Amino acid sequence: MDPRLRQMQRRWTDCRNSLFREGILDDMFMELQELQDERNPDFIVETVALFFTNSENLIRDLYSELAQQNVGFRRVDARIHQLKGSSSSIGAKRVTNACIAFRDFCRARNLTECLRCLQQLKEELLLVKSKLETLFELENQLVAAGGSIPRVQRSF
Amino acid sequence: MMESSKGFSSPRSTAFPAGLRVLVVDDDPTWLKILEKMLKKCSYEVTTCGLARDALKLLRERKGGYDIVISDVNMPDMDGFKLLELVGLEMDLPVIMMSVDGETSRVKKGVQHGACDYLLKPIRMKELRNIWQHVFRKRIHEVRDIESHEGLEGLQVTQSGFDQFDDGHFFSGEDMLTPAKKRKDLENKHDEKDFTDSSSSTKKARVVWSVDLHQKFVKAVNLIGYDKVGPKKILDLMNIPWLTRENVASHLQKYRLYLSRLQKENDLKISYGGMKHSDLNPQDAARALSRQNSINFEQNDATNCNSRISGNNLLIQNLNSKSNEINPRGTTITEKSSPGISHSLSPLEQEMKFPAIDGITPGSYSWREVPEIQFHQENAGNQPEDCFRRVAVPMGGLQNHVQIDQLLPVTSISSKAQLPNLIETKPLNVDYAISSFTQASPVKTRIDSFPVPTKIHTGNQQAIQPPSTNKPSMESQAFNPSCVTNLESSQRNFSSTTPESAFTSPDEVLQVGWLQDYSTCLGLQNIEFPDFGDPSMVAEVPMHLYTALKFDFEQLSDQSELPVINQGLFIA
Repeated sequence: MDPRLRQMQRRWTDCRNSLFREGILDDMFMELQELQDERNPDFIVETVALFFTNSENLIRDLYSELAQQNVGFRRVDARIHQLKGSSSSIGAKRVTNACIAFRDFCRARNLTECLRCLQQLKEELLLVKSKLETLFELENQLVAAGGSIPRVQRSF
Repeated sequence: MMESSKGFSSPRSTAFPAGLRVLVVDDDPTWLKILEKMLKKCSYEVTTCGLARDALKLLRERKGGYDIVISDVNMPDMDGFKLLELVGLEMDLPVIMMSVDGETSRVKKGVQHGACDYLLKPIRMKELRNIWQHVFRKRIHEVRDIESHEGLEGLQVTQSGFDQFDDGHFFSGEDMLTPAKKRKDLENKHDEKDFTDSSSSTKKARVVWSVDLHQKFVKAVNLIGYDKVGPKKILDLMNIPWLTRENVASHLQKYRLYLSRLQKENDLKISYGGMKHSDLNPQDAARALSRQNSINFEQNDATNCNSRISGNNLLIQNLNSKSNEINPRGTTITEKSSPGISHSLSPLEQEMKFPAIDGITPGSYSWREVPEIQFHQENAGNQPEDCFRRVAVPMGGLQNHVQIDQLLPVTSISSKAQLPNLIETKPLNVDYAISSFTQASPVKTRIDSFPVPTKIHTGNQQAIQPPSTNKPSMESQAFNPSCVTNLESSQRNFSSTTPESAFTSPDEVLQVGWLQDYSTCLGLQNIEFPDFGDPSMVAEVPMHLYTALKFDFEQLSDQSELPVINQGLFIA
């Protein structure tokens, strides 16, 4: 194989591996990769895009809720729950964990901690988003260069 | 806004479990997309919904169109547990709950509400591969129940009534189809040789609430009085040897849930122009007001029947009482009575003056068929002609959109139900009525004895008499559930010369009607049909009726399958 392609492939693999190694993504993401097929070649990209759109809205709602004079902790809790569920769909593990911590403080009605958690949550989202964007970009480059994406290996 | 990845689910034609028709409900778009993909990979037919109410709408519109429902627990428009409950009651489909929250209490709640499984997110495809087992299990149990309990009754009803059933024609999924059909289906699809093998002996008896059984149940409830009802009392009254108190208790619970849900829906939807319950007998009125606008199942006696009558009665009443002043249409519309009843009456009232009968069946069973014609309640002033013009749907094709109901009624009534001549003659009206009215709202209970104006029915005054006494003159007659719900059967009988005074007793009628159509039935009840067997009645039907309403017998007969009474409700 063209060394250039090989190198691109390696870069892609490294990126992907780091996502898992750092706990940013978990098995569920691998499951998604397995779901993608010829009929739905953009399945993952689409699903991930859907997730980010949805989660950005939720984050926005959370900021707005916590900024209220009388914070509606129940509503906050509901949003967190939604985000938790959503993040589990693509395997964004760290986001899910951040939601769990957030929820605990929310139930304790600790506003300060809630704000901190929200910040944390936002950062985790940005992290997984940028990492995935990098991964997809590498994929595009690889495919554009005529290469193919290495097969997903479950045993990671 | 309903997102469906696919439209209607047609009856499965592939080998089970492939082609399993799954309805997925989740407010998270990401999960919806993923689940759809996973299920499709399992070779299932998938429909997705982002809202619980959309899911219910789909389920109701397409009874028998889905095999299983998978729903998230947390949804913005409705609690997942509530959806679970409704689906179990109305459609009796297996429901799998999902959530990212795996707290024991939640899982427990899911099970308590009837979920056949509870999946934790993230869900893997392998967990979805085997969901067909829930569908299979349900079928097996039902077949077994039927076999072990089968009362001739149940079986008869089912077999005769359902043989011609169209798959999905009536509510309740395939599972609800009669045992006979189900068995056939199972045999065809599953290659199952002996799922019935050990059935009889071991089964934990799962009662199948057949039409007759349910009728007896409702009758008993009515006799005792909904407020005072209790499983033991009902059991005693029903006098079914093999039925246990537990069976009744669980059925009663479902019934209550069903009624309260209807009531809530009615409260929301009903907007009566002015027909209040004032006319109801005190008892009924109280009930109606307090409970629901729709069918009032609680009535125990004939009077109740009256109140139950949904639009029909109202219509009649209106017509009767103020036939001169009221525009039947107007009243009907405002009444928003059950689709069938009111519909039928109004348009006809003016011309044909057929009382309640109209309301009876058409609406009930063909609720799905009847096209929805929206009448504004404010239409009081509308001319009947308007109604006529609007509707013109042959019976068979009527699609009654009862707002309320989607699940209603039209259950198949055992074939033995036969409409009395009287009713038979009316079909025309019904037809008419149905088309003209689309009131989905539940029947206004206001009916008390609705007076059937003598003038209404020029020809057959006898046929319809103001039911000043609630008591159903029909009591003695074998009420034919079918008549209530089955316009078709009436249609069918239309030409027969042997009217069968087969009016089921009001109670029975009531029973049949869980659903909206119920009211129509009731309406009938109130009307005294003195002599069904009287051929003269038929003869007296004004010719113009016949010509005016050309309902399509063929269609009707096709649909004559006795609607299965809310099968969903039957599972004990």
